[in-house]
Amino acid sequence: MLPLELDQLTFSAGNAAIIRGISARIEAGPRTVILGPNGAGKSVLMRLCHGLLTPTGGRIVWHGAMNGGKSVDVRRHQAMVFQRPVMLRRSALANVMYGLKLAGKSRNQSGLRAMDVLEVVGLAQHAARPARVLSGGEQQRLALARAWALGPDVLFLDEPTANLDPASTQDIENIINAIHASGTKIIMTTHNLGQARRLGDEILFISNGRLMEHTPIDKFFRQPASSEAAAFIKGEMPWQ
Amino acid sequence: MNSLGEAFAAAWRLIAGFDAELAQVVGLSLQVSLIAVVIATLIGLPIGAMIAVGRFSGRQTLIVLLNALMGLPPVVVGLVVYLLLSRAGPLGNLGILFTPTAMVIAQTVLITPIIAALSRQIIEDAWREYDEQLRSLGARRINAAMTLIWDTRFSLLTILLAGFGRAAAEVGAVMIVGGNIAGVTRVMTTTIALETSKGDLPLALGLGIVLITLVIVLNALAAVIREMALRRYG
Amino acid sequence: MAMIRRILLALALSGLLAPAVWAQQFITVASTTSTEQSGLFKHLLPVFEKKTGTRIRVVALGTGQALDMGRRGDADVVFVHDKEAEEKFIAEGFGVQRFEVMYNDFVLVGPKTDPAKVAGGKSIIEAYRKIAAAAAPFASRGDKSGTQATELRLWKSAAIDPQTGKGAWYRETGSGMGPTLNTASAMNAYAFTDRGTWLSFKNRGELVIVVEGDEQLFNQYGVMLVNPAKHPHVKKELGQAFVDWLISADGQKVIADYKIGADQLFFPNAGR
Repeated sequence: MLPLELDQLTFSAGNAAIIRGISARIEAGPRTVILGPNGAGKSVLMRLCHGLLTPTGGRIVWHGAMNGGKSVDVRRHQAMVFQRPVMLRRSALANVMYGLKLAGKSRNQSGLRAMDVLEVVGLAQHAARPARVLSGGEQQRLALARAWALGPDVLFLDEPTANLDPASTQDIENIINAIHASGTKIIMTTHNLGQARRLGDEILFISNGRLMEHTPIDKFFRQPASSEAAAFIKGEMPWQ
Repeated sequence: MNSLGEAFAAAWRLIAGFDAELAQVVGLSLQVSLIAVVIATLIGLPIGAMIAVGRFSGRQTLIVLLNALMGLPPVVVGLVVYLLLSRAGPLGNLGILFTPTAMVIAQTVLITPIIAALSRQIIEDAWREYDEQLRSLGARRINAAMTLIWDTRFSLLTILLAGFGRAAAEVGAVMIVGGNIAGVTRVMTTTIALETSKGDLPLALGLGIVLITLVIVLNALAAVIREMALRRYG
Repeated sequence: MAMIRRILLALALSGLLAPAVWAQQFITVASTTSTEQSGLFKHLLPVFEKKTGTRIRVVALGTGQALDMGRRGDADVVFVHDKEAEEKFIAEGFGVQRFEVMYNDFVLVGPKTDPAKVAGGKSIIEAYRKIAAAAAPFASRGDKSGTQATELRLWKSAAIDPQTGKGAWYRETGSGMGPTLNTASAMNAYAFTDRGTWLSFKNRGELVIVVEGDEQLFNQYGVMLVNPAKHPHVKKELGQAFVDWLISADGQKVIADYKIGADQLFFPNAGR
């Protein structure tokens, strides 16, 4: 699938321009963190890359896929975890199996794979319980399990721990690292500097719909190239 | 007030006496309306779901039309179905006028818009919540529709009850297409109309109380099922 | 899925639970609400059904609607009480032949207080004149029924156009005999009704019979087989059997035997 190329990507909703011409090339390997203040367009950018939104201008090219990723099946090799987990009214296990069955796996195969993943994220004992009665942190872990079970090449995460307490946040971050270690590319948004430092190998800094910087993490924090990034790191960025 | 007292006494006598004629009338009422609800659901639910998750030109117009059809007057539906099934009409050869089948058809026409319009609303509300997640997991619109139907099943159950209530309570349609024939197409509502016509108001009210009680029992049953299932599935 | 299987099973079972009448042969008879509400059919039809094994399905409407049903071919036999309309039906070719079956009479009912002072009178025309003069409330059916036709003919004979009182004292309910009587009872109004409906009517309120016995109140019933030449699907043998039985000595006796309390409602007069 990768590398992913964004070429002069723009997106407007109504009269508001949200993404104003972003060009970047994202390679396989490093954990990519998209950083920026609220309202910068991080979530919209993620949704554009994942195909949930259609750009109003520019191109998205998956160089590693067939035809540059022109078919809808490109999404089969990606998965996304949202800020708020959306669980179906069924058991935790059934939720994890849902995506697998959609991809064509048999009931048996789906069940086995789902149980494996639940073990790894530490939710095996809740497999039979209704997903909606689990706690916020457990549901987000479940969302990760559900995404991971599909074996995606790329995992998008949109502010996955914004609503969680520190203990749950740590659980989630550990799982993200485990997923990365298993070979999946991580692309994640956050507005939390500490989390970016912990989980990022490279940073894409977005401000006001524009890509300000695309640098390895050390360089970003030591020597931010743009004044917006510098202000953000110092905590002086006006929050929109 | 005296009539009401007599009505309750009449209702009690009816239920306690439980004569064969009453049993037949009650049984037929339930059969006709239940079958109509089932068929209306089989038709209306997929329509509601597909409109809810669909995107096509004219969608808003279709929704407005569907909502408006919920207000179809039963007597008008009855008249149209009568004209279709009459020997002088296009489907006369089927010979199903004045049979329970005709009554089921009329009531199905009446409640399908209700089921479709209300399920459309419920599923569309759920779709707003599930939209991105389901698409991310690879669901096409038809998968999404089926998943949402299952996930909103408890709310949908309430719609089915509403549909059944409407069917069991109406008299205009079944009177015209059924003909209120004793022992054949006489149901609770048409019997109530007949007894009212004959001036036997306590009996008519008594039958009305029996009818309402039946509908309450059915709704209570559904509430119990809903509670049990909610506890299991969250 | 399990859900669909359950639904199909329910549908199948409901078919099995259908009443045994479905196997029986039957004919459809279009008649009037007043005849049905008098209770005659409950008394009369089981005798025929037992004798022949043919079930009679009665659809009760107003006379006009019943005849229209015959014209459309939705009934096999028509049994109503409006000689003029019935003869028109035959003339149009929708019926085979008209047979007189029985008669009952109409009565004028009104409030005990009798504002138009018609009680005890022997002339219906006189009573009508008094009611119009007093502008006393009068509830009329206002539908295409035999009763309505007779009521209007009598107004005409009295040289009164009740429409002049429309909305004031002449109230048209647009409904059957029972509902009209309900309205009359609630409004304490006069009403023109057949005796059969009146005798079995339970919501009389303040109403009593004020005028009866006038020859003009004679109400003749006729029966006709719907013409199979116009509607080939009509069950002509079974239908004719019913017509024949109604005018036979046997059927006529059953009609005469029908009583509410001690009162005979219908007086058989076939072939006379």
